[in-house]
Amino acid sequence: MTSTTPAAITWRRRRAAAATVWRQFLRDRGGVIGLAVLVLIIGLALLAPVLTDAAGLDPTQATGGRLQPPSGTYLLGTDELGRSVLLQLWWGARISLLVGVLATLVSVGIGTLFGVATAHFGGWVAAVLTRATDFFLVLPSLVLAIALSTVLDRGIFAIVLAIGVTSWPTTARLVRAQTLSVESRPYIERAWALGAGHLHVIGRHVLPAVLPLVFANTTLTVASSIIAESTLSFLGLGDPSAASWGTMLNSAMLSGAVTFGAWWYLLPPGLAIAVIVLAFMVCGRALESVLNPRLRER
Amino acid sequence: MTNALSPEVVEPTRGAGRGTLRYVATKVGGALVSLVLVVVLGFFLFRVLPGDPVKTITRDAPVDPARLAELRAQLGLDDPLPVQFLRYLGGLLRGDLGQSYNYRQPVLDLILDRVGPTLLLVGTATVIAAALGLWLGVRGGWRRGSRFDRASTGIALLLWSAPTFWLGMVLLTVTGTLFPSQGIIDPATPPGLLPQALDLLHHLALPCLTLVAVIYAQYLLVMRSSLLEEMNADYLTTARAKGLRDDLVRRRHAVPNALLPTVTLIFLNLGMVVSGAVTVETVFSWPGLGQLTFKAINSRDLPLLQGTFIVLAGAVLVMNLVADLLYRVIDPRVRAA
Repeated sequence: MTSTTPAAITWRRRRAAAATVWRQFLRDRGGVIGLAVLVLIIGLALLAPVLTDAAGLDPTQATGGRLQPPSGTYLLGTDELGRSVLLQLWWGARISLLVGVLATLVSVGIGTLFGVATAHFGGWVAAVLTRATDFFLVLPSLVLAIALSTVLDRGIFAIVLAIGVTSWPTTARLVRAQTLSVESRPYIERAWALGAGHLHVIGRHVLPAVLPLVFANTTLTVASSIIAESTLSFLGLGDPSAASWGTMLNSAMLSGAVTFGAWWYLLPPGLAIAVIVLAFMVCGRALESVLNPRLRER
Repeated sequence: MTNALSPEVVEPTRGAGRGTLRYVATKVGGALVSLVLVVVLGFFLFRVLPGDPVKTITRDAPVDPARLAELRAQLGLDDPLPVQFLRYLGGLLRGDLGQSYNYRQPVLDLILDRVGPTLLLVGTATVIAAALGLWLGVRGGWRRGSRFDRASTGIALLLWSAPTFWLGMVLLTVTGTLFPSQGIIDPATPPGLLPQALDLLHHLALPCLTLVAVIYAQYLLVMRSSLLEEMNADYLTTARAKGLRDDLVRRRHAVPNALLPTVTLIFLNLGMVVSGAVTVETVFSWPGLGQLTFKAINSRDLPLLQGTFIVLAGAVLVMNLVADLLYRVIDPRVRAA
């Protein structure tokens, strides 16, 4: 089985490295708990159509009373339209997670592209890209995201785009620093000397070295994307036909759940956001400390 | 001491003066470019991207064609885009941000009315959050891994993970009628400085607490890691070897050095504080720019939203410029570089 082509050797080495990272990750108790919570929530969200009946989300078919406290039929009570809060929470997880992950893909994609390009091509390209990164870094991202999702056609993709386009600068900076440090190493110089082009150096040498760190950063970005999604939805910019946890809190505020003291309507979506954000953050930090030895000693 | 300065020492100082000028020029130039970008972005976002802004404004609502035409004329949408852009630029230079569609008032007047409350809320919250975050960060970082450190980092992360607006709503529900749920001053409050000020504080307490709870974690974490960065420095060993007490080593030697990166962060984070303010003002009906933004979103008031966008983004950019300039004054290492 031991093939000796360069590609096979490379992949065997990468698999071994991944196994080492996984073993070190398992040693971080917080990270493991976070991962377990994430797997549980994502599993439940994926299984929602199997385990529950989506018909209960339709206000015209709601059977419960208005803002009823938790009972045997409605474990988390009902909302202002008589729908089960638990059912909405369950289905809301799908939207919150979907938007969070998609927005992160957009954000990390742009960030990686900009970061690698800034570090790889010096000169005026780098000057322009650095200027752009700094500009978006200081710009209040929520304000920009609000503007974008107001003028785009309302829907999940408007939100994904609004978050993705405004949250990439931190990734770009991280990737830039990492690319610079990789490109200063002798094996890159050797590749250049052997006649490698930009595509080869970036694709074969820079990206494989940068991506693990990007991956750790991705987990952290999902956390902030989910918060950003909930904020935009709370402000009334969400997709009304696909209610997320933020949308639930928006209807809770507009229906006067705060003055009514409807804690069963108020607490679950917020706690859910906090739990999933915390889980992503703990995972991301654990990964980061495994991949970045400088952080491990702390 | 000044008499002892040899010419060789004076020389670099003069060079540094020229360096300062170049530094200031670069930073101010960069900030100006950013401001121009914000202005262009404002035009692009609200005039070009929506295609027909009138459609965005009147979405979901049947409006008669005469009103549509009137709106188009009022917003100057019948002219070609370059003409619109020039008119928009000219307006901005004269301090004219256009007319709010919903309030039927100049956008600038609406914004000026609400700058005060936002400054009060954001300013108070930033000062308290920075003080609290730095203090806790120093205490935790100095005794890394102690129970206090783990508890304070954990609580800060927990609060950071919760959405700002949700914390506000929960606080409102929990405190019941203890604190007012909206506004900045109760009209029933008797005139006179003291009762008015007390009522203001009463209204400010919850929104400020919410904002502080969410933003202090950042300051704590950065102060903590920046202190940890200094922990193994040789000058701390020297200070200890001189026989200084532990808390003197911390206060006089470690903290001043660790404080510097944190100062820029306070300004860099203002964008995040502004984001928090938008939702907190919405929850507590605080009559500031955030609430105005919320109302503009829900009435699709594009001219008003454009105004708040430019003002909020511009303010954050200017504050960052101030931070850059300040940083050079307080950190000699930047001056030398």
